Amino acid sequence: MLLRHTPKEVAERHGVTINPAKTCQPVGAMYAALGVHGCLPHSHGSQGCCSYHRSALTRHYKEPIMAGTSSFTEGSSVFGGQANLLAAIANMFTIYDPDIIAVHTTCLSETIGDDLNQIAQKAGDDGRIPAGKKVIFCNTPSYVGSHVTGFSNMVAGIVRGLAAKTGTPKDQVNIIPGWVEPSDMREIKRIAKEMGVNIVLFPDTSDVVDTPQTGEFKMYPDGGVTQAELATVGDSIKTLALGSFASEAGAKQLDIDFKVPYEVLDLPIGLSATDRFVQALASAAKVEVPDSFIAERGRLVDVIADMSQYLYGKKVALYGDPDQLIPLTEFLLDLNMLPMHIVSGTPGKKFEKRIREIVGDRIPNLNLKNGQQADMFLMHQWIKNEPVDLLIGNTYGKYIARDENIPFVRHGFPILDRIGHSYFPTAGFTGGIRLLEQMLGVIMDKIDREASEPGFELVM
Amino acid sequence: MNTGRKLPDPSKLKEEILAKYPTKVARKRDKSIIINDPKLDQEIQSNVRTIPGIITQRGCAYAGCKGVVLGPTRDIVNLVHGPIGCSFYAWLTRRNQTDAGADGDNFMTYCFSTDMQDDNIVFGGEKKLKEAIQEIYDIFKPKAIGVFSTCPVGLIGDDVHAVSREMKEKLGDCNVFGFSCEGYKGVSQSAGHHIANNQLFKHVVGLDDTKPEGKFNINLLGEYNIGGDGFEIDRLFKLCGINVVCTFSGNSTIGAFEKSHTADLNLVMCHRSINYMAEMMETKYGIPWIKVNFIGADSTAKALRKVGEYFEDEGLTAKIEEVIAAEMPAVKAVIDDIRTRTEGKLAMLFVGGSRAHHYQELFRELGMATVSAGYEFGHRDDYEGRKVLPTIKVDADSRNIEEIKVEADPERFNPRASEEKMEALKAKGLEVSDYRGMAPDMNDNSLIVDDISHWEAEKLVEFYKPDIFCAGIKEKYVIQKSGIPLKQLHSYDYGGPYAGFKGAVNFYTDIDKMVSTVIWKKLKAPWLKKADTGEGLRAEYVA
Repeated sequence: MLLRHTPKEVAERHGVTINPAKTCQPVGAMYAALGVHGCLPHSHGSQGCCSYHRSALTRHYKEPIMAGTSSFTEGSSVFGGQANLLAAIANMFTIYDPDIIAVHTTCLSETIGDDLNQIAQKAGDDGRIPAGKKVIFCNTPSYVGSHVTGFSNMVAGIVRGLAAKTGTPKDQVNIIPGWVEPSDMREIKRIAKEMGVNIVLFPDTSDVVDTPQTGEFKMYPDGGVTQAELATVGDSIKTLALGSFASEAGAKQLDIDFKVPYEVLDLPIGLSATDRFVQALASAAKVEVPDSFIAERGRLVDVIADMSQYLYGKKVALYGDPDQLIPLTEFLLDLNMLPMHIVSGTPGKKFEKRIREIVGDRIPNLNLKNGQQADMFLMHQWIKNEPVDLLIGNTYGKYIARDENIPFVRHGFPILDRIGHSYFPTAGFTGGIRLLEQMLGVIMDKIDREASEPGFELVM
Repeated sequence: MNTGRKLPDPSKLKEEILAKYPTKVARKRDKSIIINDPKLDQEIQSNVRTIPGIITQRGCAYAGCKGVVLGPTRDIVNLVHGPIGCSFYAWLTRRNQTDAGADGDNFMTYCFSTDMQDDNIVFGGEKKLKEAIQEIYDIFKPKAIGVFSTCPVGLIGDDVHAVSREMKEKLGDCNVFGFSCEGYKGVSQSAGHHIANNQLFKHVVGLDDTKPEGKFNINLLGEYNIGGDGFEIDRLFKLCGINVVCTFSGNSTIGAFEKSHTADLNLVMCHRSINYMAEMMETKYGIPWIKVNFIGADSTAKALRKVGEYFEDEGLTAKIEEVIAAEMPAVKAVIDDIRTRTEGKLAMLFVGGSRAHHYQELFRELGMATVSAGYEFGHRDDYEGRKVLPTIKVDADSRNIEEIKVEADPERFNPRASEEKMEALKAKGLEVSDYRGMAPDMNDNSLIVDDISHWEAEKLVEFYKPDIFCAGIKEKYVIQKSGIPLKQLHSYDYGGPYAGFKGAVNFYTDIDKMVSTVIWKKLKAPWLKKADTGEGLRAEYVA
């Protein structure tokens, strides 16, 4: 057994987290910053942070992930990291020529109290920022929240540093897509286009972390929201924030700065959440939902109806990020599946409240926990006590899946051992079909693998 | 490896690289980029700070300590004291394989963290750390718990050593020890290796005096069983009748560490990460060490023969020859075929603190020339050999890392080999308590680059157009987007083992796949393709 030391008995813990269902803020900030065109993320801390975050994102996307580091030494930790950051800014603009440097902090620079606002100001005053170039920043203390919080903080940082208005109202909607895959961002843009709605999607990592192989490395790929686009987000009709954990802070910032009203929606994953998204977008832009969506939606509903017998009543354990888990849970219920165990390392009371709202009384013995010690070790223990038919989460779940012989669908961050997430969305109606295909695939593979020879079927 | 091949003069390349840098940066990088002349003693600036803003391969001391040295041990619970990220990123990502049998202790698949929150940063995290240790003990009953400090721990003044001592006493049957491996220590992972060596030596090595049962007892130092390398080396030792008391630290156990001082010889694979342990064991217990390299079939044979020469036992020597003779035909069969496709191709290696040296041997066997190489976290002795040790200036960053005072153990010091024997072995060419470094093994005019930056890597690729570039995951897709395959030499691209005879065959096969993959010739859409792009990857100067 791979997780041979995990006992069935659940003991309360207050000190140790085992097999976490989250990581720390800066990696989220780095990912968000990659969604701005011509932007080079910068990690203000020890080299290891930057190295780990680049590695994690690279393994997930199989793409170049470029970022700088302030390379703290013991000296900088004692005397403060200002000199390091000032040098870094000057060096990066000279050597790597980005349009924007997006600085995020780490637990180290946060603990010593470096003031990014003041350092960025000084970098400008000292002439270290070439004309037309920008330094934006946000605070991402690793000991608060999770990687999702870091994403959210950088989105707010992008708003503070780059958002503007021309003063002429624009017939466009801002969409903050949350921490989703480039495939999902591409799908959201396609949906908006299909609906005839002009949007500014930010951050946008499509064409940044799913770039083509042409024999030419581009340090700043073609994708990412442009500064020109961000310069108009203050003129937009409305902002749709997809997922409160990753996107609300940015939307709120836009409201504060430019009085652009915002609406927080669940990520459009699965049937019901996509229904709400499509309607919200149509209503924000004052357009009718085109007929083509009847067909798109209908294809998803068709697959659900046809395949219901394989899904009905199946128990599921899922872990990951709140913004994903909320619509996933709802989707599972739409499929008459039973989300039994739900874990997220990301703290926040909203999560439990929203999940309970969705689940209602449909799962009387629901196991649900987020925040401190809400980890995969606990989830595994729950599974030992109440076995499930399907496990959904990032790659780390494969150890539980193998030990307990549970069909396993990879979803969330990080996916280290499979491809597909960059290219095939799980957002939108079509994304729902992709999710169904993945779930049915693993469930049916198990039926096939374990069927007796007489019971082995050609047609399922 | 020095193939005697004539390489182009990279002086202009170096100039171009430096020209892009601000003056201060250029001045510093100049000393770390050296055009090799194996006949000269050239100083290669290394183990110095990376300039802020430079996109570097390097990680931190924590990565070197927890990730590299202690991570591969299977039955010690590695508890990371800090915010969640540090433990998360080091969770199973280095591919250290373990085998604890059906029911042995194996915590490799687990990730432990105190997940410090802001109130722990403000009010201190010692209480939470104690709680965590107690909970781990209650749930897992491990034989040992290692506590690893992350950046904020050092700043807020949590004393992991005091907490460890207290908990060790309280728990009674569980060794608890701490590591002050905050990420900002030193200038790279290297600082963490040193810290790990020190603490293991202080708290674990020497606790169990049980004599090993084998006739030829060795420790293998600096072998981390990535992709199963250690398993392949173990297989060969077993065939030869050599008993491994302890491997530092692939698939190791706390029990093996505790009695490692009873071995009669230390073999050092990764000089950079573990030479401290070899030296300390020699001083305290009288165990000599030899530098070996199990990467490459010829090197593997050579390494095994070195063990034979050291033990001066006819039976062992004969057995080793028998094993080599039995293993080599399979290697030869594969390389003879593959070499027809790899001969004359060019490689570059920027990785680790020993790998950039070791793997040149495999490329030599493939008939490929190494045009440029460098370490991510090596020191001058890894490039120039240990002879430069007395002349290395200790700077502020190195001074911060504890040097522990080691003396001969009054009872247990037992010189395993007489001075005459050591001298005789040295005369035979064995690197006894010595390492000659990478530079002498490299071609004239090859370019040595320490702590290569992204900009430098891009320029090198443009200049040399290598057939393969070896580095890590962060560089992997950057280089591949330029149309050149990159072999990961930390994680082996999830292949391996690459050590020993079977490993050599795996490596030849994998490199053959990479350089022969037709997709590299189809990068351009046919309607855009210029006449010569298909075969444009060969360097013009190849004779």
